Amino acid sequence: MPLIVCEDVWKIYRVGDVEVQALRGLSLVIERGEFVAIMGASGSGKSTLMNILGCLDQPTRGRYLLNGVDVGHLRPDRLAEIRNQQIGFVFQSFNLIPRTSALENAQLPLFYRGLTLKEQRVQAAAAIRRVGLSGREHHYPTQLSGGQQQRVAIARALVTSPSLLLADEPTGNLDTQSSQEIMAILQELNREGITVILVTHEPDVAAYADREIVLKDGQVLTDRDRKARSDTVGV
Amino acid sequence: MPAFVWLTILTALRVLSRNRLRAGLTMLGIIIGVGAVIAMVSIGEGAKLAVQTQIATMGTNVIIIWPGATTVSGVRSAQGGAVTLTVADALDLKKKIPLLSDTAWAKRDVMQIVNGNRNWNCPVNGISPSYLTIRDWSFTSGGPFTQADLDSAARVALLGQTVVENLFEPGEEPVGAVIRIKNVPFRVIGVLSPKGQSAQGSDQDDIIFIPFTTAERKVFGTLFLGSVQSVFGSTDRTEDLPEAVEQIREVMRSRHRLQHEQPDDFTVRTQVDIGKVQEGTSQTLTVMLFSIASVSLLVGGIGIMNILLVSVTERTKEIGVRMAVGAKRHHILMQFLIEAMTLSLFGGALGIACGLVGAKLATIIAGWPTIVSGEVIAVAFFFSLVVGLFFGLYPANKASRLNPIDALRYE
Repeated sequence: MPLIVCEDVWKIYRVGDVEVQALRGLSLVIERGEFVAIMGASGSGKSTLMNILGCLDQPTRGRYLLNGVDVGHLRPDRLAEIRNQQIGFVFQSFNLIPRTSALENAQLPLFYRGLTLKEQRVQAAAAIRRVGLSGREHHYPTQLSGGQQQRVAIARALVTSPSLLLADEPTGNLDTQSSQEIMAILQELNREGITVILVTHEPDVAAYADREIVLKDGQVLTDRDRKARSDTVGV
Repeated sequence: MPAFVWLTILTALRVLSRNRLRAGLTMLGIIIGVGAVIAMVSIGEGAKLAVQTQIATMGTNVIIIWPGATTVSGVRSAQGGAVTLTVADALDLKKKIPLLSDTAWAKRDVMQIVNGNRNWNCPVNGISPSYLTIRDWSFTSGGPFTQADLDSAARVALLGQTVVENLFEPGEEPVGAVIRIKNVPFRVIGVLSPKGQSAQGSDQDDIIFIPFTTAERKVFGTLFLGSVQSVFGSTDRTEDLPEAVEQIREVMRSRHRLQHEQPDDFTVRTQVDIGKVQEGTSQTLTVMLFSIASVSLLVGGIGIMNILLVSVTERTKEIGVRMAVGAKRHHILMQFLIEAMTLSLFGGALGIACGLVGAKLATIIAGWPTIVSGEVIAVAFFFSLVVGLFFGLYPANKASRLNPIDALRYE
């Protein structure tokens, strides 16, 4: 069973009297363990697709199966549960909670799982170690560099051992060196078995992915396997 | 307590400590409201107790009967002006009404008292010995006179503290001394323990008691032998008072041969009746207090709601992040409710502290008696909790209904 199956997904917004068709019958299958980059110009429907894949939003029409479950008609609290258990988010602007330590930020998803404080601490500390921030557990976001903040965000995303990691322009606010470090971490997590979906408009960043999907006008324009191609080129 | 609630409280405390000035100003309404209530109730309770103590000095379960007013050629005299109560009435009431544990009678006049080169003007009461037990008079030295003294119209006197202070040197022993009341020599056989002010505000210790017979035959003089100014009775149990009053009226009406249509020619009052007047006053005070309290708590609550709405707006993005990582609606709701209640409970606690200090100051500076009851503190605390809950509900609900995508996008 594939991790993600989108079948003829439509998303239609109403802005005043104007109807905006953000997704128009998009279909997509992503297997477990893939590293996918989603690209496209602004207005192509990238963000809408990410919101739907991340269970933050639901399709107007069509089906979205996550782990075989149609999440299209679930109630908000059930969606929150799925986000908590299966999905990790990494945002362009990090979105850490201000004036809250790195460790506590990483604890946040566990907090809503109802774990004891001790369990939260142990698991969050492990996640912080995994992104290479040992010793900075008690730093506030303002005391960390952009790259370090994004690592805290990654720690927060992987602390729950999600099956899917969604990264929305994760390097958009970072310098080249930090970007490379962040992408290396995502690549490593992918090798450990986490499915990573990356939204970006930078080809350099997309190059880390194995598969590249380009959207246009709410539909898939191209879908190519970079790994397969490079393999071919290599041989 | 589940980890979630505990951590949410910690988060709330941190958020509030970050904006100390804001939190402080927000709590001010609650602090003032709760503080005012605690201080006022403490002062009110203190005043109430003082009044109750004064009423208690009348004696225990006391019934007082006064003669009615007379009408002479259409001119009515003051209440008690009629000479309709007699010693015989008092004795007959005791005989016919088993509920009455005792009856007493008294007659009073203001006299000039002389002791050596000092003199004093004060009320002299001619009483039956039972008066002292009914009105709960006790002695600092000496003792009461007896039935024998009454029968023989003995010239003995009991002095109140104020009289002693004015007729004797400090340290001089009054018992055994001879004073003159209207030129009649009396031997002092007892000094009464002080009672202080009466519920009406007069000095109860400015008094001399002499046997009733001595008073009417040797000092006051009288038109009708055996006429008294007031009759007293007492019951063993407070709940018997209304029944005793009814029976007294029946006996008195038949003794005075009053026809059915004729009104009573006497008035019966109990200690409870007198207490009720005072209770009415304190009830008015209580109602006023509660109006003040509810208005200030309302204002405080609106302040909390206002600041929470600001907080929800400021932290929209944070709410979005929390939702993205799995916060359900009730998690967000709880977070802001707990924040509201932390504010109101802190305000309540500070208000209680201010109220206690205020009550203490009222005692120290103005000398008012105050009583701080645990009940009032508990009620004040409970109400601040309710205010936080009630006024936190709207902003918290608003936060919990945010759409995660919009919240995340909010700048």
